Amino acid sequence: MADAAFGENAVTRPRPAVGRSGLRKALQRKSSVAFLMTLPLILLIALLVVYPAFYSVHLATLNKSMQRFVGLGNFEFLFKRDTFWLVVKQSCIFAISAVLFKALIGFIVAHFVHNIPAKGQRKWRGMLLVPWVIPPAMSTLAWLWLFDPSYSAFNYTLSFFGIGPIPWTGDAAWARFSVILVNVWYGAPFFMIMYLAALKSVPDQLYEAAAIDGANWWQRIWYVTLPMMRNIIAITTLFSLIVTFANFDIVRILTAGGPLDKTHIFATWAFRVGIEGSDIPLGASVSLFMVPILAVAAIFILRDVSKRGNES
Amino acid sequence: MSTMTVDKAGPTRTVKYGSMSRDRAWALRWSYFFLTLFAIFSLVPPFYMLITSLKGSAEISAATNPWWVFRPTLENYAALLSSNQFLRFFFNSAMVSIIVVVITMLISIPAAFALSRMKFWGSATLATGVFLTYLIPDSLLFIPLFKMFALIGDVTGIQLINRWYVLLFIYPTLTVPFCTWIMIGYFASIPKELDEAAIIDGASWLQTLTRIFIPVALPGLIAATIFAFTVSWAQFLYPLVFTTSADQLVLPVGIVTTLIKGDVFNWGQIMTGALLGAAPPLIIYAFLMDYYIAGLTAGATKG
Repeated sequence: MADAAFGENAVTRPRPAVGRSGLRKALQRKSSVAFLMTLPLILLIALLVVYPAFYSVHLATLNKSMQRFVGLGNFEFLFKRDTFWLVVKQSCIFAISAVLFKALIGFIVAHFVHNIPAKGQRKWRGMLLVPWVIPPAMSTLAWLWLFDPSYSAFNYTLSFFGIGPIPWTGDAAWARFSVILVNVWYGAPFFMIMYLAALKSVPDQLYEAAAIDGANWWQRIWYVTLPMMRNIIAITTLFSLIVTFANFDIVRILTAGGPLDKTHIFATWAFRVGIEGSDIPLGASVSLFMVPILAVAAIFILRDVSKRGNES
Repeated sequence: MSTMTVDKAGPTRTVKYGSMSRDRAWALRWSYFFLTLFAIFSLVPPFYMLITSLKGSAEISAATNPWWVFRPTLENYAALLSSNQFLRFFFNSAMVSIIVVVITMLISIPAAFALSRMKFWGSATLATGVFLTYLIPDSLLFIPLFKMFALIGDVTGIQLINRWYVLLFIYPTLTVPFCTWIMIGYFASIPKELDEAAIIDGASWLQTLTRIFIPVALPGLIAATIFAFTVSWAQFLYPLVFTTSADQLVLPVGIVTTLIKGDVFNWGQIMTGALLGAAPPLIIYAFLMDYYIAGLTAGATKG
């Protein structure tokens, strides 16, 4: 994994002192050239990411018609609504259980792929990554059709095992299960590919040494694989936690928040309230609740990033 | 990236260790068994898309085995590919994705070059900032962005809401940070001696970039291009918020909003549309899998 030097590190690395006058002249004006080269990036981030983020905070303090400052009024209103607490609960259930299962399945599958002879790995990896490649909006439509109440392919298959028709998206508990299932299906290949890359960077000698010392497979995983993969597991999980918390496509298409708002998560509810209900300030307030979790995850990721930057 | 040159598994050694090689053979069999299960799980939805897209509407509502086509027909494909509306979605999607890829490359390649090679005040902070920007999700920004562009329309009279080209401003916020970030990584891995030699030979910074950096970092460039294209193609939330007229929609939103009419689901056409919408990323993936995976693993693991 460490074949490419770390970007941030390269930036701060001191340049070797050079005596040639032509080179020095080039270096002297390079900072202005460099600034010009990064200017479009800076403008893009400032105008279309940083400014909207702060504008969102401003919007959240306005009333519905956006003419009056109401301070924390929108938040007070949200705290009094049951739906809001339902959304908070469902967002946490959705993100945590989905990430947990994605990580677990990704870990297991990565081991199986790693186990088989190298020449067959490419083929299996190619097949297992397909869910990640299909645009989630498109694959969720396929799931919606698989879950269809009257012509459901799943219920047809299950009927042979004597399991009655399951209301996949009609019943609150099943709908929650379904959105998590689709998210796991979509996200597990990402974990698989990350863990596979990490597994390949663990030196074989460690396993050989462990095997000679009489370690069984569980001890090999617990004392060799997991410590070696700790970094990548942490960063992949945090990264996926952010993406899953912010998920929109899957819930929107599969249940649109229903039945009875039981499967709404922050993004879908913010869309329902802010765009469909034209209460932009309230929608902005809802989506701002994603910030704390994002901030915590970002701090951890950043710490890991700068730590590895120093190591390399 | 992850090279697979070493055969790390499999009972290939000639010396038999008795129970150990038998263990390995069993481990291998179990691996194949579970991999088959997981592959079925992964491929059921795309397979079912394909199956349904080949069915006529009579067969879809019939009580036959849904996992098989008894009377395959191409009527869904014919209906969609001759519909101006669907072709319009496809055209919009293609235009948006291709132009966004170009914009992304124009912004992120010079920026990555400057951030990885030319030290200037605040460059290290900016590199970290770019990575942080990548972590800000679309679902946090869609409401303020929508309001911003609505205000721009009110103030200047330039109406951008409900025009497909408004997406050209929005999508780079998703693609540029990540592409810059992986390009910084690729550029940083190029030996310093290479560009120093070029500068001593009298090359300008621009020449160093176009003659040395871009050719050497081409694999990274391809990975970044693939990423930018697939993200733009798959994006669903922004077009859903920003465009509403049928002739301004991109493919994912178009399929969801026009083919589902109230409670009437024309599943044959929906699945055909979904399959056609999934085709470009799948084709790219099929041919450029290694670059695709290189971009994927570069993203969250290293710069």
